[in-house]
Amino acid sequence: MTSDMILPFYQALTEDVNALSAQVPSLAPDTLHDIRREALDRFTALGLPTLKTEAWRYTNIQRYLKEFPYELLTTATPVAAEAIDKAAIPELDCYRIVLVNGHLQADQSALPVGKGITVGAMSAHTDAPGFVTYFNKQHHLVNESLATLNTALFADGLYIELAANTVIDKPVHIVNVYTCERHAFIQPRHLWVLNKNTTATIIESSVHPETTAVAFANSVLETVIAENAELWHYNVQQGEESFREVHTTAAQQHNNSRYHHFNFTLPNTPFTRNNLTVALNGSHTETNLNGLYIANKSQHVDNHTFMDHIKPDCHSNELYKGVLLDNANGVFTGRILVHQEAQKTNAFQQNNNLLLGSKADINSQPQLEIYADDVKCSHGFTAGQFSEESMFYLRSRGIGEDAAKALMVNAFSHDITEAVKVPALQHYLQVQIAEIMNN
Amino acid sequence: MLTIKNLHAEVEGKKILKGINLEINKGEMHAIMGPNGSGKSSLASVLAGRDSYTVTEGEVWFNGKNLLEMAPEERAREGVFLAFQYPVEIPGVSNLNFLKTALNEIRAYKGLPALEAREFLKLTKEKQQLVDFHSNLMNRSLNEGFSGGEKKRNEIFQLAMLNPQLAILDETDSGLDIDALRIVSNGVNKLRDAEKAFVIITHYQRLLEYIIPDFVHVLYDGRIIRTGTKELALELEERGYDWLKEELHLKESV
Ligand SMILES: Nc1ncnc2c1ncn2[C@@H]1O[C@H](COP(=O)(O)OP(=O)(O)O)[C@@H](O)[C@H]1O
Ligand SMILES: [Mg+2]
Repeated sequence: MTSDMILPFYQALTEDVNALSAQVPSLAPDTLHDIRREALDRFTALGLPTLKTEAWRYTNIQRYLKEFPYELLTTATPVAAEAIDKAAIPELDCYRIVLVNGHLQADQSALPVGKGITVGAMSAHTDAPGFVTYFNKQHHLVNESLATLNTALFADGLYIELAANTVIDKPVHIVNVYTCERHAFIQPRHLWVLNKNTTATIIESSVHPETTAVAFANSVLETVIAENAELWHYNVQQGEESFREVHTTAAQQHNNSRYHHFNFTLPNTPFTRNNLTVALNGSHTETNLNGLYIANKSQHVDNHTFMDHIKPDCHSNELYKGVLLDNANGVFTGRILVHQEAQKTNAFQQNNNLLLGSKADINSQPQLEIYADDVKCSHGFTAGQFSEESMFYLRSRGIGEDAAKALMVNAFSHDITEAVKVPALQHYLQVQIAEIMNN
Repeated sequence: MLTIKNLHAEVEGKKILKGINLEINKGEMHAIMGPNGSGKSSLASVLAGRDSYTVTEGEVWFNGKNLLEMAPEERAREGVFLAFQYPVEIPGVSNLNFLKTALNEIRAYKGLPALEAREFLKLTKEKQQLVDFHSNLMNRSLNEGFSGGEKKRNEIFQLAMLNPQLAILDETDSGLDIDALRIVSNGVNKLRDAEKAFVIITHYQRLLEYIIPDFVHVLYDGRIIRTGTKELALELEERGYDWLKEELHLKESV
């Protein structure tokens, strides 16, 4: 098969997406085949988002898809240890799991082992109970065209399932490595199922080893946090010039569960879109969504979040903070939907931004839809520069302008970094922030 | 050490300083008094380099260097320190980290290596005692939630840590109770030496009972209208400022 027989990727997306599915290895069992078939039809029906699509008003995704002549890449080539180490977090005692283009590299990983812990390739677990029950069941995924594209055409990803009453004793660090020789569109697909009374800390980060070819990842992660389970989930988006990303996380929570989500977007990746949806399918849950984005050059960072309060007595708290340098462009959407049944909901949301670049810019939109009457909801937005007073105070003590700015950015991000419960990760992030500001 | 010649400055188009002349030498303690709004804090701000002020006329020389051409941080590194009348709160910046950064930037400017953690801690302990600055305030965010008195003590603590040649204290006494006033004054007195100079801006005579000035200047309407010794402060305490203002108006109408 020579490449000129294949339609260019973008053209295939818009004209004949079925042709693409021939390039994707089929996964057992047959039920999955049907799900993928349906997703493909759904994608064809939805089409790619345009600026008229409500959820994509401030992000021209087509522009980024057309930016390079991508090819759909479903395979992985081995990656040297040094490339993986780029994502290492110093002093972090963890289980490290290496995925290359979504494919598990067991020999380069230290998988958590123990009774009740299942960790492996998605392709090898399509008959696992958690997979059968939960895979692609969230309706949020069915309505998002890029998620349907992932469902239809993903090659592999990571499957994690914790049986009831299991605790993983150390953080799990998933290193997503993306490699390609030509510009590639890569679609990992993951599912993490935390059954009753389980606890886990999972850190995701991504690296794209120095290369002239651009990798565009369209990844989807589904997580299930069952009754009384607790998940600490950190996503560290390390900046790489030759990387683009649409990162979709769809979480569902059940009674008395707790979900703590942290998203860190660091500079240099020209385009990042994070879709985060949390469906509260149970009562008495707690959800903390924390985001910190620091963007430079003409970086475009779009955080699109959706708190779906379906059941009563749930508490959600969302705090996203942005530091926009140069002519970076930020987008934040915070949708909160409180269903009629979801009485006694507490839902708070805050988005604060430091606009430090002369052409930096933020579009922030809270979207609150409340159909219950006994609820407490609030939202807030700020965008501003450093306080002149504070800058003068620091400088009057001999601290140069750049160091003063670094201190102020650290201070600005403090309430997010402080909430990171893994000390090595917290320290790593603080060092990263300081380095970014000192350059 | 510091020479101010015919200094004029304005803020938002409003003339505030209208021809200040002042000479400060090593080892001297100067007090500047004057009614509210006369321009005392403005003078301090201009010396420290606050950029909302525009100098329209005059010169300021510090150890032979043109102070007005320097950025605020350069002035600090050269040895000018301002204890603020209203210190700002900066949530998220720890007091300790802030001081370490400041101290090391000043040291780097002077070609000195950064202090080792142990030396820094030792210095911190020593200077904390000097102004009775509680050590649990050290790990907190800079001035955040500090009482008025704690903020002022923090200013003097920073002064002790950074050890500048010229210290300008803007109403450090306001907000301090009598015990705190005594502690802070003792601290300042211990920092006095033949190489340093102080400018104490105050409203009240009472601070000058603890810190004895060599010169007392009265600032009024952007000018120094009278200079004397510590007796002038006592006279002001008794008679207020009105007699001085009247004298001034008489002179001007002649
Ligand atoms: N940012 C500013 N904008 C306008 N006027 C100011 C500003 N800062 C100070 N002033 C004015 O300058 C004058 C002197 O103020 P200040 O230096 O604070 O006096 P003092 O410290 O002697 O009480 C006052 O009339 C005050 O209102
Ligand atoms: Mg004042």
